Amino acid sequence: MSNTLQGEIALVTGASRGIGAAIADELAAMGATVIGTATSENGAKAIGERLAAHGGHGRVLDVTDGAAVEGLIDATAKEFGAVSILVNNAGITRDQLLMRMKDEDWQAIIDTNLTSVYRTSKAVMRGMMKARKGRIISIASVIGLTGNPGQANYAAAKAGIIAFSKSLAREIGTRGITVNVVAPGFIDTDMTRALPEESKQALLGQIALGRLGEASDIAKAVGFLASPAAAYITGETLHVNGGMYMP
Amino acid sequence: MSTIEERVKKIVIEQLGVKEDEVTANASFVDDLGADSLDTVELVMALEEEFETEIPDEEAEKITTVQQAVDYIKAHTKD
Repeated sequence: MSNTLQGEIALVTGASRGIGAAIADELAAMGATVIGTATSENGAKAIGERLAAHGGHGRVLDVTDGAAVEGLIDATAKEFGAVSILVNNAGITRDQLLMRMKDEDWQAIIDTNLTSVYRTSKAVMRGMMKARKGRIISIASVIGLTGNPGQANYAAAKAGIIAFSKSLAREIGTRGITVNVVAPGFIDTDMTRALPEESKQALLGQIALGRLGEASDIAKAVGFLASPAAAYITGETLHVNGGMYMP
Repeated sequence: MSTIEERVKKIVIEQLGVKEDEVTANASFVDDLGADSLDTVELVMALEEEFETEIPDEEAEKITTVQQAVDYIKAHTKD
């Protein structure tokens, strides 16, 4: 798979740790020039150091700030070339039973996990349309398909990403741009490590492969969708969940 | 230096893949030149770049023929 992404400019949001970090590493190893984003200066610096060997860079970005999103994508185009691979990975959780959920818990999730995908996708559109090629890959979640108690906000945002991607795939397919989703199952990251032991055991029992996934399992799927091998796949959701859910 | 008419015409030919003699002043992008909604968005993008101007969405919607594009450019650019 090395060098299959030579010459591509990949923007990966939320690349400082977990799945995003693994995706940034994977795309960089495949030859893309990767720009990874983090919400803090320190995070962005760490990404830059990690990707330096492959010529990648770290940048600060709050995906809920529309002007910042446009600014970064413009600056990237000037410095490296137009973004040709966009990976919408940045995401947060604010788990709460609906009866206890506050408006801000709902809104924060929709802004960070769903509206961000709208913003970044829109911002890269002009460059991709002109180039007559592009890959938009968004990270959803198995929860967006199955639902989960305490995650009504998160599930709604993740399901929204899937429907958004299908619509966009139909809009811009004729311009050589594919839009796909990777829906991770239960992956060993900081996000899932925060779960109580009891719910972890219950979840493990539902996974056909009987183990948690690794961030690199998701990164490989993203790498495939970004590669020329996936040119005829669009509007698709690739489930990487060890058999936890089979649609 | 080409005239604005010539430059607009060239962009329309390139973007919509139509023949030069089809691009008359009153030709409608959608009805006569076979553009779909995405084509019209791209056409406006191309005009914006060629003439280094920004065409607001509500103005862009009103540009449906070659002549309307030419008129808009003439009214909104210096050259």
